[in-house]
Amino acid sequence: MSTAPNIEELKNISSQVRRDIVRMVHAVQSGHPGGSLGCTEFFVALYFHVLKHDKSFNPDGIGEDLFFLSNGHISPVWYSVLARSGYFSVDELNTFRKIDSRLQGHPATEEGLPGIRIASGSLGQGLSAALGAAQAKKLNDDKHHVYVLMGDGEQDEGQVWEAAMYGAHHKVDNIIATIDYNRQQIDGSTDEVMGLGDLKAKWEAFGWQVIESEGNDIESLIKSLAQAKALCGKGKPVINLMKTEMGFGVDFMVGTHKWHGIAPSDEELEKALGQLEETLGDY
Amino acid sequence: MVTKLTYTEKKDTRSGFGEGLLELGKSNPNVVALCADLTGSLKMDAFKKEFPERFFQVGIAEANMMGLAAGMTVGGKIPFTGTFANFSTGRVYDQIRQSIAYSGKNVKICASHAGLTLGEDGATHQILEDLGMMKMLPHMTVINPCDYNQTKAATIAIAEHEGPVYLRFGRPKWPIFTPENQKFEIGKALHLVEGKDVSIFATGHMVWQAIEAEAILAEKGISAEIINIHTIKPLDEKAILESVKKTGCAVSAEEHQMNGGLGESIAQTLSRNLPTPLEMVAVNDSFGESGTPEDLLVKYGLGPQNIVDAAMKAISRK
Repeated sequence: MSTAPNIEELKNISSQVRRDIVRMVHAVQSGHPGGSLGCTEFFVALYFHVLKHDKSFNPDGIGEDLFFLSNGHISPVWYSVLARSGYFSVDELNTFRKIDSRLQGHPATEEGLPGIRIASGSLGQGLSAALGAAQAKKLNDDKHHVYVLMGDGEQDEGQVWEAAMYGAHHKVDNIIATIDYNRQQIDGSTDEVMGLGDLKAKWEAFGWQVIESEGNDIESLIKSLAQAKALCGKGKPVINLMKTEMGFGVDFMVGTHKWHGIAPSDEELEKALGQLEETLGDY
Repeated sequence: MVTKLTYTEKKDTRSGFGEGLLELGKSNPNVVALCADLTGSLKMDAFKKEFPERFFQVGIAEANMMGLAAGMTVGGKIPFTGTFANFSTGRVYDQIRQSIAYSGKNVKICASHAGLTLGEDGATHQILEDLGMMKMLPHMTVINPCDYNQTKAATIAIAEHEGPVYLRFGRPKWPIFTPENQKFEIGKALHLVEGKDVSIFATGHMVWQAIEAEAILAEKGISAEIINIHTIKPLDEKAILESVKKTGCAVSAEEHQMNGGLGESIAQTLSRNLPTPLEMVAVNDSFGESGTPEDLLVKYGLGPQNIVDAAMKAISRK
């Protein structure tokens, strides 16, 4: 994008999104706050600065940038950002994970929530879909880009590496994949559960252009995403290893897998909200 | 007595798919094809040659293929995936369930080498559970055509249908007995032979077995009605119920496990609407093995004589 980002404004939005996340998860005592908090800057950067997107929402997405979420369990951050950027009413965040809601525990198209183009939750599938969408863009002579986010734990899934081979072989160079590299998964750290080894070298060996970024510094992240976009169109797909901290923004949730998939108590909610300024008004 | 339906030529149903796909390539610019390293086996070579920019070689990576296909629908493409039936279903059930069926994606899963008639490759490749897996998925349409002409027509028809489809066909050369250039109507059963004593509901390669069985039954003075259920889901319940109202008993015939197949769907329809004696000709809870298609069909109880025996039993239960 040609216009410079208003970093203060993006930080304010991020604070509100984090409030939304902890309130949504607390309200139904279920959901995944840790990864959602860690990826807040990424979602805010995408939807409020990077993506050229149409909030009236056409599922085919022709003539706009697309985003796919592969690690669907971090749905709270996506729902908050979609609502705050105008895809649907902010009030609807009240329905998260409740009966008759469009805001399913994991993102889905079945209920027709604007902004979502494919279901995710069962891991490892999003990169394949994003590559398919990117190739459809090429067939349509549509010069926009396709973004996809995966978890680092998700790299355990074999399908990710099938897709990695495919993207390089077919020179899908209009895709920007990002890995939320927080080094945590449900059972513990990625080192304990299933060591990722040298992730950068692995993706490079698979034929991708790899950049590294700081996912919780929005100014730096926006520069990295611009760098990623500049690497497109050169015959190789692009992947962004985005270092984040799970639970970022709430001091007692930071840097541990403990908050991957559990909800805060009433007391913990108050403590968390005390650390997050209400900037745009709670839903 | 001769059969009422005859044939002059045998061809494999997979070639009907290849022909249909090629025609679609010419008539519909949104049709794209993906294949997991079985282009020759799936008869997709002609499409690949004619439309290289719309053909995507995926390699031996079926899970990725299903995800790619789902993604290509975002952008208005109509993807046809091609691999063996085993790798089109069981291997990628979760990918189909989440990225295609639950996501309501307009993907056509085209599956060859289904069932025992795959022959010598043996049980690893002879999937007999695919219809069941696919029919259980919400939003999924499930089609199993009976010959070359019907498979070609079905291939063309599913491109016009909005939503995920599982299209099953096979490897052996099989009699062609349905008309060339027929119009294929999804969900509409076809009356092949009118009869009054027993209704035989058959799908896929078993339709020809049923036609052969009908000739044997006719020699015994039994009048069998043969109905081709090419669409397992949605099932043409009206045609089934109208037929059994007339005949009073039924036989189902399919190249599939008895558990979860066409017979089970028919049993459900009958028990809910019009309880009727039903005998099922299907593989009874076992895997297949290597052998010729003909030998395997006989050994696993799917020969014409098995249909005759089932018909006699169904009639005796009236």
